[in-house]
Amino acid sequence: MENTILKSVDFDAYFGENQVVKKVNIEIPKNNVVAVMGPSGCGKTTFLRCINRMHELIEGAHAKGKMLLNNEDVYGMHPIFVRHKIGMVFQRPNPFPNLSIYDNVIAGYKLNGMKIAKADRDVIVEESLQKAALWNEVKDSIHKKGTFLSGGQQQRLCIARAIAMEPDILLLDEPTSALDPISTSSIEVLLQELKKNFTLIIVTHNMQQAARVSDKTAFFYVGEMVEYDDTKNMFTNPQDKRTQNYITGRFS
Amino acid sequence: MVILFSVICTVPLFVILIYILKEGITKINWHFLVNLPKPVGETGGGIANALIGSLLIVFFAAVIAIPIGIMGGIYLSENKKSWIATYTRLSVDVLQGTPSIVVGIVIYFWIVKPLSTFSALSGSVALAIMMLPIVVRSTEETLKLLPDSLKEAGFALGLPYQKVILRIILPCGFSGVISGVILAVARIAGETAPLLFTAFGNPYFSTNILKPMQSLPLLIFNYATSPYDEWHDLAWGAALILLLWVLLLNIITKIITRKWKIQF
Repeated sequence: MENTILKSVDFDAYFGENQVVKKVNIEIPKNNVVAVMGPSGCGKTTFLRCINRMHELIEGAHAKGKMLLNNEDVYGMHPIFVRHKIGMVFQRPNPFPNLSIYDNVIAGYKLNGMKIAKADRDVIVEESLQKAALWNEVKDSIHKKGTFLSGGQQQRLCIARAIAMEPDILLLDEPTSALDPISTSSIEVLLQELKKNFTLIIVTHNMQQAARVSDKTAFFYVGEMVEYDDTKNMFTNPQDKRTQNYITGRFS
Repeated sequence: MVILFSVICTVPLFVILIYILKEGITKINWHFLVNLPKPVGETGGGIANALIGSLLIVFFAAVIAIPIGIMGGIYLSENKKSWIATYTRLSVDVLQGTPSIVVGIVIYFWIVKPLSTFSALSGSVALAIMMLPIVVRSTEETLKLLPDSLKEAGFALGLPYQKVILRIILPCGFSGVISGVILAVARIAGETAPLLFTAFGNPYFSTNILKPMQSLPLLIFNYATSPYDEWHDLAWGAALILLLWVLLLNIITKIITRKWKIQF
Protein backbone atom coordinates (compact mmCIF):
# COMPACT_ATOMS: atom_id res chain seq x y z
CA MET A 1 0.00 0.00 0.00
CA GLU A 2 1.32 3.41 -0.84
CA ASN A 3 0.10 5.38 2.12
CA THR A 4 1.13 2.78 4.67
CA ILE A 5 2.27 4.41 7.88
CA LEU A 6 2.92 1.33 9.98
CA LYS A 7 3.87 -2.14 8.96
CA SER A 8 4.83 -5.17 10.97
CA VAL A 9 6.80 -8.06 9.49
CA ASP A 10 6.69 -11.51 11.12
CA PHE A 11 6.22 -9.91 14.49
CA ASP A 12 6.46 -12.10 17.61
CA ALA A 13 6.05 -11.07 21.23
CA TYR A 14 6.83 -13.06 24.35
CA PHE A 15 6.35 -12.98 28.10
CA GLY A 16 9.39 -14.98 29.13
CA GLU A 17 9.08 -18.30 27.28
CA ASN A 18 5.42 -17.79 26.54
CA GLN A 19 4.74 -16.53 23.02
CA VAL A 20 1.64 -14.35 22.99
CA VAL A 21 1.87 -12.76 19.53
CA LYS A 22 2.73 -15.02 16.61
CA LYS A 23 4.06 -13.91 13.23
CA VAL A 24 1.83 -10.91 12.77
CA ASN A 25 2.04 -9.15 9.41
CA ILE A 26 -0.11 -6.06 9.18
CA GLU A 27 -0.12 -2.86 7.17
CA ILE A 28 -1.85 0.16 8.58
CA PRO A 29 -2.84 2.89 6.10
CA LYS A 30 -2.54 6.52 7.06
CA ASN A 31 -5.54 8.43 8.46
CA ASN A 32 -7.53 5.30 9.02
CA VAL A 33 -9.10 3.82 12.11
CA VAL A 34 -7.95 0.25 12.45
CA ALA A 35 -9.68 -1.92 15.01
CA VAL A 36 -7.95 -4.88 16.58
CA MET A 37 -10.50 -7.26 18.03
CA GLY A 38 -10.54 -10.72 19.48
CA PRO A 39 -11.39 -12.64 22.62
CA SER A 40 -9.56 -11.99 25.91
CA GLY A 41 -6.00 -13.22 25.96
CA CYS A 42 -5.60 -13.24 22.20
CA GLY A 43 -2.57 -10.95 22.30
CA LYS A 44 -4.25 -7.87 20.88
CA THR A 45 -3.24 -5.57 23.73
CA THR A 46 0.26 -7.00 23.77
CA PHE A 47 0.58 -6.36 20.06
CA LEU A 48 -0.60 -2.78 20.57
CA ARG A 49 1.93 -2.25 23.34
CA CYS A 50 4.67 -3.55 21.05
CA ILE A 51 3.97 -0.77 18.57
CA ASN A 52 5.19 1.97 20.91
CA ARG A 53 7.59 -0.32 22.76
CA MET A 54 5.66 -0.33 26.02
CA HIS A 55 5.68 -4.13 26.00
CA GLU A 56 9.38 -4.32 26.77
CA LEU A 57 8.90 -2.41 30.04
CA ILE A 58 7.41 -5.52 31.61
CA GLU A 59 10.01 -7.75 33.18
CA GLY A 60 10.84 -10.76 31.02
CA ALA A 61 8.88 -9.44 28.03
CA HIS A 62 10.53 -9.19 24.65
CA ALA A 63 9.64 -9.07 20.98
CA LYS A 64 11.03 -10.21 17.64
CA GLY A 65 10.44 -9.14 14.07
CA LYS A 66 10.14 -5.80 12.34
CA MET A 67 7.82 -2.92 13.19
CA LEU A 68 8.19 -0.23 10.56
CA LEU A 69 6.97 3.30 11.13
CA ASN A 70 7.23 5.15 7.80
CA ASN A 71 9.60 2.39 6.69
CA GLU A 72 11.89 2.84 9.66
CA ASP A 73 12.16 0.10 12.26
CA VAL A 74 10.92 1.42 15.61
CA TYR A 75 13.11 -1.19 17.28
CA GLY A 76 16.11 0.66 15.88
CA MET A 77 14.99 4.00 17.29
CA HIS A 78 15.27 5.30 20.82
CA PRO A 79 12.15 4.18 22.72
CA ILE A 80 11.60 7.71 24.03
CA PHE A 81 11.48 9.00 20.46
CA VAL A 82 9.13 6.18 19.42
CA ARG A 83 6.69 7.15 22.17
CA HIS A 84 6.74 10.75 21.02
CA LYS A 85 5.77 9.59 17.54
CA ILE A 86 3.21 7.04 18.70
CA GLY A 87 0.86 8.18 21.45
CA MET A 88 -1.20 5.92 23.65
CA VAL A 89 -4.51 6.03 25.51
CA PHE A 90 -5.24 3.40 28.14
CA GLN A 91 -8.17 1.33 29.26
CA ARG A 92 -8.76 3.36 32.40
CA PRO A 93 -8.45 7.12 32.17
CA ASN A 94 -5.18 8.04 33.89
CA PRO A 95 -4.73 11.81 34.01
CA PHE A 96 -1.97 12.93 36.37
CA PRO A 97 -3.86 13.56 39.62
CA ASN A 98 -1.37 16.16 40.84
CA LEU A 99 -1.64 18.38 37.74
CA SER A 100 -4.27 20.79 36.47
CA ILE A 101 -6.13 20.14 33.22
CA TYR A 102 -3.82 22.61 31.48
CA ASP A 103 -0.69 20.97 32.85
CA ASN A 104 -2.01 17.53 32.01
CA VAL A 105 -2.35 18.45 28.36
CA ILE A 106 1.10 20.01 28.23
CA ALA A 107 2.63 17.27 30.43
CA GLY A 108 4.46 15.56 27.56
CA TYR A 109 6.44 18.72 26.95
CA LYS A 110 6.67 20.01 30.49
CA LEU A 111 7.73 16.83 32.26
CA ASN A 112 10.27 16.16 29.52
CA GLY A 113 11.78 19.56 30.21
CA MET A 114 11.11 20.95 26.73
CA LYS A 115 10.97 24.70 26.89
CA ILE A 116 8.18 26.38 24.95
CA ALA A 117 6.92 29.94 25.14
CA LYS A 118 3.76 30.57 27.16
CA ALA A 119 1.85 31.72 24.08
CA ASP A 120 2.73 28.54 22.17
CA ARG A 121 1.79 26.45 25.16
CA ASP A 122 -1.61 28.10 25.31
CA VAL A 123 -2.13 27.34 21.64
CA ILE A 124 -1.12 23.70 22.03
CA VAL A 125 -3.41 23.25 25.04
CA GLU A 126 -6.40 24.87 23.37
CA GLU A 127 -5.94 23.05 20.06
CA SER A 128 -5.46 19.69 21.71
CA LEU A 129 -8.53 20.14 23.88
CA GLN A 130 -10.49 21.31 20.84
CA LYS A 131 -9.46 18.25 18.90
CA ALA A 132 -10.37 16.04 21.85
CA ALA A 133 -13.79 17.76 21.98
CA LEU A 134 -13.24 18.81 25.56
CA TRP A 135 -12.43 22.49 25.21
CA ASN A 136 -15.95 23.83 25.60
CA GLU A 137 -16.55 21.81 28.73
CA VAL A 138 -13.36 22.73 30.55
CA LYS A 139 -12.24 26.11 29.24
CA ASP A 140 -13.40 27.89 32.40
CA SER A 141 -11.79 25.45 34.80
CA ILE A 142 -8.63 24.75 32.93
CA HIS A 143 -6.40 25.36 35.94
CA LYS A 144 -8.35 23.01 38.16
CA LYS A 145 -7.27 19.44 38.80
CA GLY A 146 -8.15 17.00 36.03
CA THR A 147 -9.45 14.41 38.46
CA PHE A 148 -12.69 16.31 39.11
CA LEU A 149 -13.86 15.52 35.60
CA SER A 150 -16.17 12.64 34.79
CA GLY A 151 -14.71 9.40 33.49
CA GLY A 152 -15.48 10.22 29.87
CA GLN A 153 -14.04 13.70 30.21
CA GLN A 154 -10.94 12.27 31.85
CA GLN A 155 -10.50 9.89 28.95
CA ARG A 156 -10.83 12.76 26.48
CA LEU A 157 -8.28 14.65 28.57
CA CYS A 158 -5.93 11.68 28.15
CA ILE A 159 -6.55 11.80 24.41
CA ALA A 160 -5.77 15.52 24.41
CA ARG A 161 -2.59 14.83 26.36
CA ALA A 162 -1.52 12.22 23.81
CA ILE A 163 -2.31 14.30 20.71
CA ALA A 164 -0.65 17.41 22.17
CA MET A 165 2.64 15.68 21.33
CA GLU A 166 1.49 15.58 17.68
CA PRO A 167 2.14 11.89 17.20
CA ASP A 168 1.78 10.12 13.84
CA ILE A 169 -0.21 7.31 15.35
CA LEU A 170 -2.51 7.12 18.35
CA LEU A 171 -2.92 3.75 20.03
CA LEU A 172 -6.09 3.21 22.02
CA ASP A 173 -6.26 0.23 24.35
CA GLU A 174 -9.97 -0.46 24.97
CA PRO A 175 -10.47 3.25 25.62
CA THR A 176 -14.16 2.97 26.41
CA SER A 177 -14.33 -0.22 28.44
CA ALA A 178 -14.37 1.72 31.73
CA LEU A 179 -16.94 4.25 30.51
CA ASP A 180 -20.73 4.52 30.43
CA PRO A 181 -22.63 4.32 27.09
CA ILE A 182 -22.97 8.08 26.64
CA SER A 183 -19.27 8.73 27.22
CA THR A 184 -18.50 5.79 24.97
CA SER A 185 -20.48 7.18 22.07
CA SER A 186 -18.90 10.60 22.49
CA ILE A 187 -15.46 9.00 22.28
CA GLU A 188 -16.52 7.02 19.21
CA VAL A 189 -17.69 10.19 17.48
CA LEU A 190 -14.41 11.82 18.45
CA LEU A 191 -12.39 9.05 16.81
CA GLN A 192 -13.96 9.93 13.44
CA GLU A 193 -12.76 13.52 13.87
CA LEU A 194 -9.30 12.47 15.03
CA LYS A 195 -8.59 10.33 12.01
CA LYS A 196 -8.37 13.45 9.87
CA ASN A 197 -5.11 14.29 11.62
CA PHE A 198 -3.89 11.02 13.01
CA THR A 199 -3.85 7.32 12.33
CA LEU A 200 -5.72 5.42 15.00
CA ILE A 201 -5.29 1.84 16.13
CA ILE A 202 -7.94 0.79 18.60
CA VAL A 203 -8.04 -2.44 20.54
CA THR A 204 -11.52 -3.53 21.48
CA HIS A 205 -13.23 -6.73 22.49
CA ASN A 206 -16.53 -5.21 21.56
CA MET A 207 -17.19 -6.05 17.92
CA GLN A 208 -20.10 -3.66 17.55
CA GLN A 209 -17.64 -0.94 18.43
CA ALA A 210 -15.13 -2.25 15.90
CA ALA A 211 -17.87 -2.26 13.26
CA ARG A 212 -19.00 1.26 14.15
CA VAL A 213 -15.69 3.08 14.32
CA SER A 214 -13.13 1.38 12.12
CA ASP A 215 -12.18 1.41 8.45
CA LYS A 216 -10.22 -1.79 8.73
CA THR A 217 -10.40 -4.57 11.26
CA ALA A 218 -7.90 -7.17 12.35
CA PHE A 219 -9.12 -10.28 14.12
CA PHE A 220 -6.69 -11.87 16.57
CA TYR A 221 -7.10 -15.35 17.95
CA VAL A 222 -4.64 -17.06 20.34
CA GLY A 223 -1.78 -14.82 19.31
CA GLU A 224 -2.34 -15.09 15.59
CA MET A 225 -3.79 -12.49 13.30
CA VAL A 226 -6.44 -14.64 11.67
CA GLU A 227 -7.89 -12.09 9.33
CA TYR A 228 -7.35 -8.46 8.35
CA ASP A 229 -9.65 -6.71 5.95
CA ASP A 230 -11.87 -3.71 5.37
CA THR A 231 -14.34 -3.63 8.23
CA LYS A 232 -17.29 -3.88 5.86
CA ASN A 233 -15.96 -7.08 4.28
CA MET A 234 -14.94 -8.53 7.56
CA PHE A 235 -18.39 -8.29 9.07
CA THR A 236 -20.36 -9.27 5.99
CA ASN A 237 -18.11 -11.84 4.43
CA PRO A 238 -15.46 -13.23 6.79
CA GLN A 239 -13.00 -15.55 5.05
CA ASP A 240 -11.89 -17.58 8.01
CA LYS A 241 -14.05 -20.02 9.95
CA ARG A 242 -12.77 -18.65 13.28
CA THR A 243 -13.65 -15.09 12.37
CA GLN A 244 -17.09 -16.25 11.36
CA ASN A 245 -17.55 -18.03 14.68
CA TYR A 246 -16.44 -14.99 16.63
CA ILE A 247 -18.65 -12.57 14.75
CA THR A 248 -21.66 -14.79 15.05
CA GLY A 249 -20.97 -15.15 18.76
CA ARG A 250 -20.24 -18.85 18.81
CA PHE A 251 -17.33 -18.17 21.14
CA SER A 252 -16.16 -15.06 22.90
CA MET B 1 -16.85 -3.01 76.36
CA VAL B 2 -14.46 -2.38 73.49
CA ILE B 3 -15.35 1.28 73.61
CA LEU B 4 -14.10 1.36 77.18
CA PHE B 5 -10.70 -0.01 76.18
CA SER B 6 -10.57 2.37 73.28
CA VAL B 7 -11.06 5.24 75.71
CA ILE B 8 -8.48 3.75 78.08
CA CYS B 9 -5.97 4.00 75.22
CA THR B 10 -6.32 7.76 75.24
CA VAL B 11 -5.88 8.08 79.01
CA PRO B 12 -2.05 7.97 79.14
CA LEU B 13 -1.76 10.83 76.67
CA PHE B 14 -4.12 13.04 78.63
CA VAL B 15 -2.50 12.19 81.96
CA ILE B 16 0.89 13.16 80.55
CA LEU B 17 -0.47 16.25 78.83
CA ILE B 18 -2.28 17.54 81.88
CA TYR B 19 0.58 16.81 84.25
CA ILE B 20 3.26 18.39 82.06
CA LEU B 21 0.98 21.35 81.30
CA LYS B 22 0.29 21.91 84.99
CA GLU B 23 3.96 21.76 85.94
CA GLY B 24 5.42 23.39 82.85
CA ILE B 25 3.05 26.18 81.86
CA THR B 26 3.99 28.46 84.77
CA LYS B 27 7.66 28.22 83.90
CA ILE B 28 7.34 29.26 80.30
CA ASN B 29 7.63 32.89 79.33
CA TRP B 30 9.71 34.92 76.92
CA HIS B 31 12.75 34.95 79.20
CA PHE B 32 12.57 31.20 79.46
CA LEU B 33 12.88 30.88 75.72
CA VAL B 34 15.67 33.40 75.06
CA ASN B 35 17.92 33.13 78.13
CA LEU B 36 20.58 30.65 79.13
CA PRO B 37 20.33 28.55 82.29
CA LYS B 38 21.56 30.37 85.38
CA PRO B 39 24.09 28.82 87.78
CA VAL B 40 22.72 26.98 90.77
CA GLY B 41 21.28 29.29 93.39
CA GLU B 42 20.06 32.00 91.04
CA THR B 43 16.44 31.96 90.03
CA GLY B 44 15.17 32.42 86.47
CA GLY B 45 17.19 31.49 83.44
CA GLY B 46 16.01 29.76 80.31
CA ILE B 47 16.65 27.02 77.82
CA ALA B 48 17.70 28.96 74.73
CA ASN B 49 20.83 26.83 74.29
CA ALA B 50 18.86 23.59 74.43
CA LEU B 51 16.17 24.86 72.09
CA ILE B 52 18.62 26.02 69.43
CA GLY B 53 20.75 22.93 70.04
CA SER B 54 17.82 20.58 69.51
CA LEU B 55 16.79 22.40 66.35
CA LEU B 56 20.32 22.17 64.93
CA ILE B 57 20.91 18.55 65.86
CA VAL B 58 17.53 17.46 64.47
CA PHE B 59 18.02 19.61 61.37
CA PHE B 60 21.33 17.97 60.49
CA ALA B 61 19.94 14.54 61.28
CA ALA B 62 17.12 15.24 58.83
CA VAL B 63 19.57 16.52 56.20
CA ILE B 64 21.44 13.23 56.44
CA ALA B 65 18.50 10.85 56.69
CA ILE B 66 15.89 12.34 54.33
CA PRO B 67 17.67 12.01 50.97
CA ILE B 68 19.01 8.55 51.76
CA GLY B 69 15.69 7.43 53.21
CA ILE B 70 13.56 8.68 50.31
CA MET B 71 15.90 7.24 47.67
CA GLY B 72 15.95 3.93 49.52
CA GLY B 73 12.17 3.96 49.80
CA ILE B 74 11.85 4.60 46.07
CA TYR B 75 14.13 1.67 45.34
CA LEU B 76 12.13 -0.64 47.59
CA SER B 77 8.80 0.33 46.04
CA GLU B 78 10.19 -0.02 42.52
CA ASN B 79 12.01 -3.31 43.01
CA LYS B 80 9.73 -5.37 45.18
CA LYS B 81 11.35 -8.73 44.57
CA SER B 82 15.06 -8.18 43.94
CA TRP B 83 17.35 -9.70 46.57
CA ILE B 84 18.83 -6.28 47.32
CA ALA B 85 15.36 -5.02 48.18
CA THR B 86 14.60 -8.00 50.42
CA TYR B 87 17.93 -7.56 52.15
CA THR B 88 17.43 -3.79 52.53
CA ARG B 89 13.91 -4.20 53.86
CA LEU B 90 15.07 -6.71 56.46
CA SER B 91 18.01 -4.52 57.50
CA VAL B 92 15.84 -1.46 57.82
CA ASP B 93 13.28 -3.34 59.92
CA VAL B 94 15.98 -4.63 62.26
CA LEU B 95 17.46 -1.14 62.45
CA GLN B 96 14.06 0.22 63.44
CA GLY B 97 14.01 -2.23 66.34
CA THR B 98 17.55 -1.48 67.47
CA PRO B 99 17.61 0.08 70.95
CA SER B 100 18.54 3.73 70.67
CA ILE B 101 21.21 3.44 73.35
CA VAL B 102 23.02 0.90 71.17
CA VAL B 103 23.02 3.33 68.28
CA GLY B 104 24.49 5.93 70.64
CA ILE B 105 27.31 3.62 71.77
CA VAL B 106 28.20 2.67 68.21
CA ILE B 107 28.40 6.31 67.16
CA TYR B 108 30.48 7.01 70.25
CA PHE B 109 33.06 4.48 69.11
CA TRP B 110 32.88 5.44 65.46
CA ILE B 111 32.82 9.21 65.57
CA VAL B 112 33.29 10.61 69.06
CA LYS B 113 36.36 8.58 69.96
CA PRO B 114 38.27 9.04 66.69
CA LEU B 115 37.60 12.80 66.81
CA SER B 116 38.26 12.74 70.56
CA THR B 117 35.44 15.18 71.26
CA PHE B 118 31.72 14.97 71.85
CA SER B 119 29.93 16.84 69.08
CA ALA B 120 26.48 17.86 67.89
CA LEU B 121 27.27 16.32 64.53
CA SER B 122 27.84 12.87 66.04
CA GLY B 123 24.45 13.32 67.75
CA SER B 124 22.91 14.16 64.39
CA VAL B 125 24.38 11.03 62.85
CA ALA B 126 22.96 8.91 65.69
CA LEU B 127 19.52 10.50 65.26
CA ALA B 128 19.74 10.11 61.48
CA ILE B 129 20.19 6.39 61.98
CA MET B 130 17.10 6.37 64.20
CA MET B 131 15.17 8.32 61.59
CA LEU B 132 16.23 6.40 58.50
CA PRO B 133 13.96 3.33 58.85
CA ILE B 134 10.84 5.44 59.36
CA VAL B 135 11.53 7.52 56.25
CA VAL B 136 12.41 4.48 54.12
CA ARG B 137 9.36 2.46 55.06
CA SER B 138 6.85 5.31 54.89
CA THR B 139 8.18 6.33 51.45
CA GLU B 140 8.00 2.74 50.26
CA GLU B 141 4.46 2.19 51.56
CA THR B 142 3.21 5.47 50.08
CA LEU B 143 4.66 4.90 46.63
CA LYS B 144 3.56 1.28 46.50
CA LEU B 145 -0.05 2.41 46.80
CA LEU B 146 0.12 4.55 43.64
CA PRO B 147 -1.50 2.83 40.65
CA ASP B 148 0.79 1.50 37.92
CA SER B 149 -1.35 3.32 35.37
CA LEU B 150 0.36 6.57 36.41
CA LYS B 151 3.75 5.20 35.47
CA GLU B 152 2.36 3.85 32.19
CA ALA B 153 0.93 7.27 31.36
CA GLY B 154 4.37 8.76 31.90
CA PHE B 155 6.16 6.18 29.78
CA ALA B 156 3.58 6.52 26.99
CA LEU B 157 4.37 10.23 26.84
CA GLY B 158 7.99 9.36 26.19
CA LEU B 159 9.35 10.18 29.63
CA PRO B 160 12.55 8.42 30.63
CA TYR B 161 12.44 6.33 33.79
CA GLN B 162 14.07 8.86 36.14
CA LYS B 163 11.61 11.53 35.07
CA VAL B 164 8.65 9.23 35.59
CA ILE B 165 9.85 8.66 39.15
CA LEU B 166 10.90 12.22 39.97
CA ARG B 167 8.18 14.16 38.17
CA ILE B 168 5.17 11.86 38.44
CA ILE B 169 5.51 9.18 41.11
CA LEU B 170 7.22 11.28 43.78
CA PRO B 171 4.92 14.33 43.39
CA CYS B 172 1.84 12.11 43.47
CA GLY B 173 3.03 10.48 46.67
CA PHE B 174 4.34 13.74 48.09
CA SER B 175 1.91 14.11 50.97
CA GLY B 176 2.60 10.60 52.22
CA VAL B 177 6.35 10.95 51.89
CA ILE B 178 6.40 14.32 53.64
CA SER B 179 4.18 13.01 56.48
CA GLY B 180 6.62 10.17 57.01
CA VAL B 181 9.47 12.65 57.20
CA ILE B 182 7.67 14.90 59.69
CA LEU B 183 6.67 11.97 61.87
CA ALA B 184 10.25 10.78 61.84
CA VAL B 185 11.42 14.25 62.90
CA ALA B 186 8.85 14.26 65.71
CA ARG B 187 9.99 10.82 66.73
CA ILE B 188 13.70 11.68 67.04
CA ALA B 189 13.19 15.09 68.61
CA GLY B 190 12.66 13.47 71.97
CA GLU B 191 15.36 10.80 71.71
CA THR B 192 17.73 11.06 74.67
CA ALA B 193 19.79 7.89 74.77
CA PRO B 194 21.64 8.33 71.45
CA LEU B 195 22.64 11.86 72.50
CA LEU B 196 24.04 10.97 75.93
CA PHE B 197 27.49 10.14 74.67
CA THR B 198 27.42 11.96 71.35
CA ALA B 199 26.05 15.51 71.61
CA PHE B 200 26.68 15.17 75.36
CA GLY B 201 25.08 18.46 76.43
CA ASN B 202 26.52 21.87 77.16
CA PRO B 203 25.49 24.43 79.78
CA TYR B 204 26.54 27.27 77.49
CA PHE B 205 25.28 28.53 74.18
CA SER B 206 26.96 26.89 71.19
CA THR B 207 26.20 26.63 67.51
CA ASN B 208 29.42 24.84 66.59
CA ILE B 209 28.30 21.43 65.42
CA LEU B 210 31.75 19.99 65.99
CA LYS B 211 31.55 20.74 69.71
CA PRO B 212 29.24 19.43 72.45
CA MET B 213 25.77 20.93 72.29
CA GLN B 214 22.78 21.07 74.58
CA SER B 215 19.44 19.67 73.51
CA LEU B 216 15.98 19.54 75.08
CA PRO B 217 15.94 15.86 76.06
CA LEU B 218 19.48 16.08 77.45
CA LEU B 219 18.56 19.16 79.44
CA ILE B 220 15.52 17.40 80.85
CA PHE B 221 17.58 14.32 81.70
CA ASN B 222 20.38 16.27 83.40
CA TYR B 223 18.32 18.91 85.18
CA ALA B 224 15.48 16.68 86.33
CA THR B 225 17.93 14.33 88.05
CA SER B 226 19.71 17.23 89.76
CA PRO B 227 18.92 18.15 93.39
CA TYR B 228 18.08 21.82 92.66
CA ASP B 229 14.53 23.17 92.47
CA GLU B 230 15.45 25.89 89.96
CA TRP B 231 16.78 23.25 87.60
CA HIS B 232 13.66 21.14 88.06
CA ASP B 233 11.64 24.12 86.90
CA LEU B 234 13.75 24.39 83.75
CA ALA B 235 13.30 20.68 83.11
CA TRP B 236 9.51 20.92 83.44
CA GLY B 237 9.39 23.87 81.06
CA ALA B 238 11.63 22.08 78.57
CA ALA B 239 9.44 18.97 78.80
CA LEU B 240 6.40 21.01 77.91
CA ILE B 241 8.17 22.65 74.98
CA LEU B 242 9.27 19.25 73.70
CA LEU B 243 5.78 17.86 74.05
CA LEU B 244 4.28 20.82 72.22
CA TRP B 245 6.86 20.39 69.46
CA VAL B 246 5.91 16.75 68.94
CA LEU B 247 2.20 17.54 69.16
CA LEU B 248 2.52 20.34 66.63
CA LEU B 249 4.41 18.17 64.15
CA ASN B 250 1.76 15.48 64.45
CA ILE B 251 -1.00 17.99 63.80
CA ILE B 252 0.88 19.37 60.79
CA THR B 253 1.16 15.85 59.43
CA LYS B 254 -2.59 15.34 59.77
CA ILE B 255 -3.29 18.61 57.98
CA ILE B 256 -0.89 17.81 55.16
CA THR B 257 -2.30 14.36 54.54
CA ARG B 258 -5.81 15.82 54.43
CA LYS B 259 -5.07 18.96 52.38
CA TRP B 260 -2.64 17.54 49.87
CA LYS B 261 -4.28 14.20 49.52
CA ILE B 262 -4.33 13.30 45.87
CA GLN B 263 -7.56 11.93 44.52
CA PHE B 264 -7.63 9.41 41.75
